[in-house]
Amino acid sequence: QDIDGVGPKYHLELVLEDVLHKDSTVNCTAEVLYHLGNTTAPDVQFTIEGEVKNTDEADNMFYNRTKSLEKELVGENIPDSHGNVSPEMEPVHLLAWVASGYVIWQNSTENTNFQLAQIKRVKQVKRSDEHLEFDYTILLHEMVSQEIIPWQMTVLWHPQHGVQVTQDSRQPKHA
Amino acid sequence: DQVLHIVPETFQQVQHLQQLCSTSLLDLWKPQLSEDILAGEDLHIRVPAPLVQEVKDSLDQHMISYKVLIGDVQELVDQSMPKERSSHWQVSEDYVYTQYHPMEEIYQWMTQIQKNNSELVTQHYLGKTIENRTMYYLQISQPSNKTKKIIWMDCGIHAREWISPAFCQWFVKEILQNYKSDPKISRFLQNLDLYILPVLNIDGYIYSWEKDRLWRKNRSPYMNGTCYGTDLNRNFNSSWGSIGVSYNCSSEIFCGSGPESEPETKAVAQLIERKKSDILCYLTIHSYGQYILTPYGSTTEPPSNSEELMYVAKEAAAALTGKYGTSYEVGSTALILYSNSGSSRDWAHTIGIPFSYTFELRDKGTHGFVLPPDQIQPTCEETM
Repeated sequence: QDIDGVGPKYHLELVLEDVLHKDSTVNCTAEVLYHLGNTTAPDVQFTIEGEVKNTDEADNMFYNRTKSLEKELVGENIPDSHGNVSPEMEPVHLLAWVASGYVIWQNSTENTNFQLAQIKRVKQVKRSDEHLEFDYTILLHEMVSQEIIPWQMTVLWHPQHGVQVTQDSRQPKHA
Repeated sequence: DQVLHIVPETFQQVQHLQQLCSTSLLDLWKPQLSEDILAGEDLHIRVPAPLVQEVKDSLDQHMISYKVLIGDVQELVDQSMPKERSSHWQVSEDYVYTQYHPMEEIYQWMTQIQKNNSELVTQHYLGKTIENRTMYYLQISQPSNKTKKIIWMDCGIHAREWISPAFCQWFVKEILQNYKSDPKISRFLQNLDLYILPVLNIDGYIYSWEKDRLWRKNRSPYMNGTCYGTDLNRNFNSSWGSIGVSYNCSSEIFCGSGPESEPETKAVAQLIERKKSDILCYLTIHSYGQYILTPYGSTTEPPSNSEELMYVAKEAAAALTGKYGTSYEVGSTALILYSNSGSSRDWAHTIGIPFSYTFELRDKGTHGFVLPPDQIQPTCEETM
């Protein structure tokens, strides 16, 4: 449906599947409104039917483990060339996925299709408050142009407060 | 070897632990120095395998509680690092089809495969890559007095799509291991010859192992060596350069300086052109996305035999889904994916090959190009 003067609107019905628990699915309906000119992120409204699995235990474990690390957590090439992610890095990987979803949303148009390809680098930034902070450089794969785009993002997380991307910027592709 | 996690509670325990570390020459991971072991602080020690039991006994004796942090250090090391590669195998007995292999090993594999299956398999020279590497394809052909139609399959036209060459290798193995026992396969080979090109873009594939895992194109130098790579799947002579491409070398979809400007493209095109009257089906394997794509990418005009093309593709997709439930979308590239020109699949169809398909294997973006090796087997099995 095209909304005059604003842009094309799409109505979607989809099924969300929990990546960690494949048999856990939830129905979702969404309305996506793209803005002409593509200078603002598309508007998204959605409703979810059903419940998402509770992850408090795993969240708290990761939170406590990371908070108590003496040296800041660092990592690179997640997953590695062969597709492997070490168990300790799994939550860092999942967090990047969620955060990249925000970056992708903010930069999507009707003609783009982004996926997170890899975490190039991640470094924890120690904070005095209760949040965990990670500085990521991720690689986004854009389907139509087939380009691999490096992107920096600063991610804040807390088990009860959720994920926040406080800063993000597209990086130049190095020669 | 195991790594134990201990939090000493008393000074006595600290002393005992310090003694244990020095007498048994244990490997202190945390803290680094024995003097820094403190009550109430985390202690991580790696205990060599032969000493594990006696160290644990000693800890028990002194009422020091511990947890096993890493149960098998070697396992973890192996998981995180490329393994030592041995240089010979008896293929199909030792070759690990559920792992990704570098080009050197794939070359060796081809030689072995021919050697071990010489009644059926011949290795043929196809051409040279821009960096002067030799391209070979395998011909699987049951001797017979009638000329048979050909099914061509190439993998690895895009360097980063590692699951694709893995599939070609798997495919060859499956056919060779089962042609005597599986009636479907043996009937197949009675009537058809298989031509398999396990890695089309050899230079690119090597580059993705050594330098840049997400490299896509070949390694052709442009602009005085300041820019590299043509997208080989935009380089074929089918509406070349018209849509869905870039004329700029720095783009991932750079179509090259002209149709078939790249030696890899030329090598494939020459052979297929020569044999085209016998080629029934052209298959090119990519990732990711889970699609079976039919011509064309450059226009939404359906090809002449589009009904038949779609029917066969839908049957294939259904059979695929039947294995593990993986869903594949079927349709013309221009309609379900994006517009592009110069693709090998479109070219094959325009020169008269009736069945021409691009397979985009797993997954849908979760891992994308970096599909973990534990998915090699299910992907290949369902695609078979």
